[in-house]
Amino acid sequence: MSRFKFEAVWAEFDTILAGVGLTIALSIGAIVLGSVLAVALVAVRTLLGRWAGHLVDAYVELMRNTPFLVQLFMIFFGLPLIGVKMTGEWAALLAMTLNLGAYASEIIRAGVDSIHKSQLEAGESLALTRWQVFRYVILKPAFARVWPALSSQFVLMMLASSICSFIAVRELSGVASIIEQNTFRSFEVYIVVTVLYLALALTLKASLLWLGGRLFPNTSGLARIEAKGSAV
Amino acid sequence: MATFGWPEFFFILRSAGWTLLLTALAFVIGGAFGAALAILRLSENRILRGFASGYILVIQSIPVLMVLFMSYYGLSLFGIELPAFFAASLSLSIYVSAYLAEIWRGSIESVPFQQWEASSSLALTRAQQYRYVILPQALRIALPPTVGFLVQLVKNTSIVSVVGFVELSRAGALVNQATFLPFQVFSVVALIYFLICFPLSRLSRHLEKVMHAGRRH
Amino acid sequence: MPAVVIENVHKSYGPVEVLKGVSLAIETGQVFAIIGRSGSGKSTLLRCVNGLEVTQSGRIEVAGHAVTQEQKALRELRKDVGIVFQSYNLFPHLTVGENIKLAPRLAKGVSEAEADARARAVLAQVGLSEKFDAYPDNLSGGQQQRVAIARSLAMQPKVMLFDEVTSALDPELTGEVLTVMENLARGGMTMMLVTHEMAFARNVADVTVFMHQGKIWEQGPSKELFASPKTPELQAFLRSGVH
Repeated sequence: MSRFKFEAVWAEFDTILAGVGLTIALSIGAIVLGSVLAVALVAVRTLLGRWAGHLVDAYVELMRNTPFLVQLFMIFFGLPLIGVKMTGEWAALLAMTLNLGAYASEIIRAGVDSIHKSQLEAGESLALTRWQVFRYVILKPAFARVWPALSSQFVLMMLASSICSFIAVRELSGVASIIEQNTFRSFEVYIVVTVLYLALALTLKASLLWLGGRLFPNTSGLARIEAKGSAV
Repeated sequence: MATFGWPEFFFILRSAGWTLLLTALAFVIGGAFGAALAILRLSENRILRGFASGYILVIQSIPVLMVLFMSYYGLSLFGIELPAFFAASLSLSIYVSAYLAEIWRGSIESVPFQQWEASSSLALTRAQQYRYVILPQALRIALPPTVGFLVQLVKNTSIVSVVGFVELSRAGALVNQATFLPFQVFSVVALIYFLICFPLSRLSRHLEKVMHAGRRH
Repeated sequence: MPAVVIENVHKSYGPVEVLKGVSLAIETGQVFAIIGRSGSGKSTLLRCVNGLEVTQSGRIEVAGHAVTQEQKALRELRKDVGIVFQSYNLFPHLTVGENIKLAPRLAKGVSEAEADARARAVLAQVGLSEKFDAYPDNLSGGQQQRVAIARSLAMQPKVMLFDEVTSALDPELTGEVLTVMENLARGGMTMMLVTHEMAFARNVADVTVFMHQGKIWEQGPSKELFASPKTPELQAFLRSGVH
């Protein structure tokens, strides 16, 4: 054990903490903005007819079949050339949002599709507009149903934030890289950072679980009901 | 400042070849480990089961980047200096093994318990049950998500440049550095990834549909 | 020596006791039907006989084998005791013929030629010769259940267990399965069946056992039991027609 010198790492702990902070900020930002984007995409697909749906599909397929790193590079290196100046951090947030939005929209769409048709018919029979039916009758149950899958995707995105270190963003991985270069204590740095990521992932998972319980209190009942079975 | 011409394009294309090779190697090695892990995970021995679960949980809760770093520096700690390609493949294999183990374990557990009962009631040994009744069915169930994971793997090879290996994404970054034409360069890179990944994604979805059609009762 | 001996068997699922001291003996060649409401413990009892359920106390011996949880002994037992399940449980990735040949080849070491001949013979016995190369997916429920019976018969068991084998079938398909079972009974097979088919129990089973709340409530020659039930619970059960 004497080969390992963790002191060098502890000395930089406030830098590491700053990295953790940025990771958390980017992740929460991407989760919130990505979810809004996802709902918008699903709304477009559901309400605006076939061609809009095809456009959304194309976007989603593009984001899902290319690496996040390439998307990040495109945004970070490309946008300044058309006059949009942004720092690494904002580029990272934008890339994460666009990526997560695509994945989340697929998940939410599956949830929406699983809502039984009779729910729609009930809503429309009550003279609600299609948008109102979408918003009040479909969206919340759909979210409740796919919350576990959505939570998994959120955690994956938090872990993917590590890729933003490739454009010198000082989130946790970026910070690890910097400390490593300064101290040459590669193994020690990365072990500490790995443990921190583990803690972050488990905390995020638990928080999302708790949040799901608060937002969707009747979830267990919803889970019991067959997707294609009864109308509640 | 260079132009984005044919030499640059072929450089990118060649690097795509490395991406494919990396994917293949990581998939095969990681798949072998993953299968072993899945079996451990289902073992009746609590220690083996716990070890496999712990390993899988950790790998799935940290970024692939960290898996790469940890295995790369872990290797050098043991004095093993591998050429970048093999270091990258090995590191990716560790990541692959955890995810495939989960997918395959899930597939085995998806085989209805009645199949276990029926085959044990016919006096088959556990090994015979696995070989003739359970695994053939688990394989069919596992195919769509395994192909789906292959797509993830192809995309995640983009990260191995941190251990010094030049694959498709790094090639794009290098060409961009030389040409300052990010839209053109990364569009080409994205297109190549898309041409690899999209057919695989479609295949996975198709297999999923075919499989559900066959599961009537 | 009885083919099946069940002596004072107790079984619990956690805190709930589902078998409360059950004793029963089936002679070779006899057909025993077990009837009762859901939750009376009848399926559980049946599944204890081939070791699919574990008992807490009591003794079970079937076809000369003592029922334990030791894997090798259980396998030997299961070569002589066949079971047919409510949900047929055929192997979906194998053809009918392969389903039937699998266990004789693997567990009893029968040669491919012999296994093939046996499979065709039992398939003919259940009236499905033409389905030898079909996949289970392409068969009706009644046909699948008959294949399941054939699959067990191919092991040449001494005792056959039937766990509500017609309950999952559409009414018009139960007849073909019951006919096969009746032929087996007339052929001298020792059978223990849990069933809701009261007519079958009355006409084909030698002895009918009525289970209630985990105990054997009434037992006797089938025709007598159905004609004059002695206990109020059995009377209520038979009257209710809810089977």
